[in-house]
Amino acid sequence: MSAEQLRSLLQNSFTEKEKPEGLTIIMQWEVVIGLEIHVQLSTKSKIFSGASTAYGAEPNTQACTVDLGLPGVLPVFNGEALYKSVMFGLAVGAQINERSVFDRKNYFYPDSPKAYQISQLYYPIVGEGHIDIDLEDGSQKRIGVTRAHMEEDAGKSLHENFQNQTGIDLNRAGTPLLEIVSEPDMRSAKEAVAYMRKIHSIVRYLGISDGNMQEGSFRCDANVSLRPKGQEELGLRAELKNINSFRFVEKAINVEIERQMDILEGGGTVIQETRLYDSEKNETRSMRSKEEANDYRYFPDPDLLPIVISVEEIEAIKQALPELPDARCSRYIEQLGLSEKDAKALTVDRDMAEYFEQVQQSISDAKMAANWLLGDVSAMNNKNGLEFKDCPVNAQQLTGLLKRIKDNTISGKIAKEIFEAIYSGEGTGDEADADTIIEKKGLKQITDTVAIEAIIDEVINNNPGQVAEFLSGKDKLVGFFVGQVMKASKGKANPGQVNQLLMKKLKP
Amino acid sequence: MYNKTIAELSAGLKAGEFSSVELTQTYLDRIKTLNEQLNCFITVTPEIALEQAKEADAQRASGHAGLLNGIPLSQKDIFCTKGVKTSCGSKMLEPFISPYDATTITKFNDSGAVMLGKTNMDEFAMGSSNETSWYGPVKNPWNLDAVPGGSSGGSAAAVAARLTPAATGTDTGGSIRQPASFCGITGLKPTYGRVSRYGMIAFASSLDQAGPMTRTAEDAALMLNVMAGFDQRDSTSIDRAVPDYSTDLNDSLDGLKIGLPKEFFAEGLDDEVAKVIESAVKEYEKMGAVIKEISLPTSHLAVPTYYIIAPSECSSNLSRMDGVRYGYRCDDPKDLNDLYIRSRGEGFGTEVKRRILVGTYALSEGFYDAYYVKAQKTRRLISNDFNRAFEQVDVIMGPAAPSTAFNIGELTDDPITMYLSDIYTIAVNLAGLPGMSIPAGFANNMPVGLQLIGKHFAESKLLNAAHQFQKQTDWHLKTPDLFK
Repeated sequence: MSAEQLRSLLQNSFTEKEKPEGLTIIMQWEVVIGLEIHVQLSTKSKIFSGASTAYGAEPNTQACTVDLGLPGVLPVFNGEALYKSVMFGLAVGAQINERSVFDRKNYFYPDSPKAYQISQLYYPIVGEGHIDIDLEDGSQKRIGVTRAHMEEDAGKSLHENFQNQTGIDLNRAGTPLLEIVSEPDMRSAKEAVAYMRKIHSIVRYLGISDGNMQEGSFRCDANVSLRPKGQEELGLRAELKNINSFRFVEKAINVEIERQMDILEGGGTVIQETRLYDSEKNETRSMRSKEEANDYRYFPDPDLLPIVISVEEIEAIKQALPELPDARCSRYIEQLGLSEKDAKALTVDRDMAEYFEQVQQSISDAKMAANWLLGDVSAMNNKNGLEFKDCPVNAQQLTGLLKRIKDNTISGKIAKEIFEAIYSGEGTGDEADADTIIEKKGLKQITDTVAIEAIIDEVINNNPGQVAEFLSGKDKLVGFFVGQVMKASKGKANPGQVNQLLMKKLKP
Repeated sequence: MYNKTIAELSAGLKAGEFSSVELTQTYLDRIKTLNEQLNCFITVTPEIALEQAKEADAQRASGHAGLLNGIPLSQKDIFCTKGVKTSCGSKMLEPFISPYDATTITKFNDSGAVMLGKTNMDEFAMGSSNETSWYGPVKNPWNLDAVPGGSSGGSAAAVAARLTPAATGTDTGGSIRQPASFCGITGLKPTYGRVSRYGMIAFASSLDQAGPMTRTAEDAALMLNVMAGFDQRDSTSIDRAVPDYSTDLNDSLDGLKIGLPKEFFAEGLDDEVAKVIESAVKEYEKMGAVIKEISLPTSHLAVPTYYIIAPSECSSNLSRMDGVRYGYRCDDPKDLNDLYIRSRGEGFGTEVKRRILVGTYALSEGFYDAYYVKAQKTRRLISNDFNRAFEQVDVIMGPAAPSTAFNIGELTDDPITMYLSDIYTIAVNLAGLPGMSIPAGFANNMPVGLQLIGKHFAESKLLNAAHQFQKQTDWHLKTPDLFK
């Protein structure tokens, strides 16, 4: 069936009236997306040399003779990269290849000092695996991981600040990467982002990468193609290069889908090519076509021996794996009684989950800890554009605060005020910070019945009109009285007691 | 003094007959007067040499003499030497001053040896005649019209002409043994992985191996004692104890089983060379060795296999010579592609380009399986042949090269015949085995080398067999008339 026939069939299958609102062309074209994610493994030294991998040093100060590709130098494999790669493979239920081989990928580029990249084509360390992603409708979808292989990063070409010339910084050259290749299982930009987030979460949980996207420790290439719905065969794809944020992945894929759809709708054909996403213009543009693509002339690197790892070693790594997000999520639901929604939200980010556990254990109230983390703490972080790991209020400080809510020293409202104070830098970073602020600002909750009654009496005396209205049946006014009492107590009266005592006074 | 071996010079230094400075000056003077005829050296380093000699004398005086204390040596220009031009025989690396020392160089420095200079070689070790050097051909000391062999031709000629007591070579397909044969000296290519490749500019990484080029087997043992050993910086070097290679030199050869591969004595071998080899084998029989004809049935695959694997690896290894970071860069590049194309086009010579093209082709998409993968399989067959043979014999012997040294210019337009001059040595590299060439006589008034091939890590056995032969014969003591 041609695309044209299919289109008319689909269009005729709805009467004008039945046609659902917003039925878009997506109904006819199926989007197919596969991702290649490059994860920088957090080793101290480079994958084939002893130079440091630390980010941000002066250009070319962290490139040794090996990284510079001087004549005669040889690579020596850093076993830490193997260990971390195996951890990832096990975390996605993949086959670990006991024997893997480094190949040379040959191409000329100034930031590739040897004019080849050491990678793994024929025998990668990690074989087939999978992860489950959560879709917006709450269902799950399994995405296949085709393979993951170790390789070295290239240096950087710096085009600015060099008149008509290009600067080369080889600090990054030789930094270990794990390239994770997915099956073309994703059907929308949202699914692609969900997959990318899940991989990000896993590598952060495993502690094998800092996942820092601004510094390029986590970046992805997206293969995007369209095909008529129902067709088995894949359409010709475009590869979008080097996208380094979740937001850009979604945008880049969506504009690319639109571009391809326009071509196909216009009766044209998409050409197989590599494209670059321009986030400023929100468009993709051609880098090179298939015809211009390099023949990388892969062959096994004769300078390196095959990487061999025994079943016993793999088993030992498996035993030492940390708890992963899915397992942690289930535990929160089953053991801590959290809702699925809260459990998922808490476990995406390992830093948040660990923060949560510390607070939860100290106050023995999972629900309260969850509410605070997903509520006020997340809201403040979002407002300030901070990652969870950079939250200025630490787990001890929050624990100290929540304990005072639990023992009725302060109300939830006052607690927010104190939280904001700590967030903006008050306190010394320990559990006693909340107490100090309560003391200093006199925020201790009033729980003394006599004292509250005195305030209530005053409010009643000051508002005879409202009292009369209330007594004549206007029950809603109770809120007004509570508000007045809270205001008079500067928010410090215990709200539960206020309610109870008010009713007693108003309707004896 | 210049006719002495390392062993004799060491004894002289120890006995105080002369100092390392005197010895070094003797050789520097000889190089100054005689090198012009031969073109053995790309760089002579008199200041470094005399400095090192002075230090060696001081060390000896203070009782801290290393294994090669005070001995002048020459290094093939393929080894990176800190602060010294390391050109690899190429225009491409003409401006390259290495910022670091190869492991082999470090080891020699630590042993107290003195570096006289860097020897001429075929460009990037690609050649069998030393004619591909950008620094001009080296002449054979036995006949100045003849080639010294290659690629370690500068080292071989320098040792033969007594411009250096010994030198280093590297051997990818015969580059130590063939020039040793052509120049009438002793050359040893160790087992692959025995000597570190770190800092030795790679030609074909899975085949390259450095070794000594000396007057005698005894000297080769002394040099290998310093060169051999595991190196953390070379993943292909082997972590295995290094024996004292001098220990077994005097073992009896009574009952030694020597295999003669019939394929090495077939068509293509010069009759006069064959006669020399046969009489050398008789010498071994006299010493009690048992001679056995064997077969290496896949021998004919060695050259074609090698000329897939070596160019494939070199096409990738030499890519880093791109004019971006070091080495030759063309004038006024228009853009990046122009920079690459002209720097490489102008910087590399014809033979290097030929091999880069062959290798690039062999690794290309669609050809990889038919060439590279297949060559790896035939490589395994060749290796299996040797393993089977070594179930029956201790050492395999035959000619090191099918002929004696040919004349300069004779084969430059005939690369295939040139490639075939390594027909007996190439299989040894493909199998990773140790091999030697030792002077066995003369044919057509030129030296002939006898090749000895051993099992993996059987260098001691080869050196023993070679030393015993040299005790019975004096071919290794012959000096070319022009350099007496």
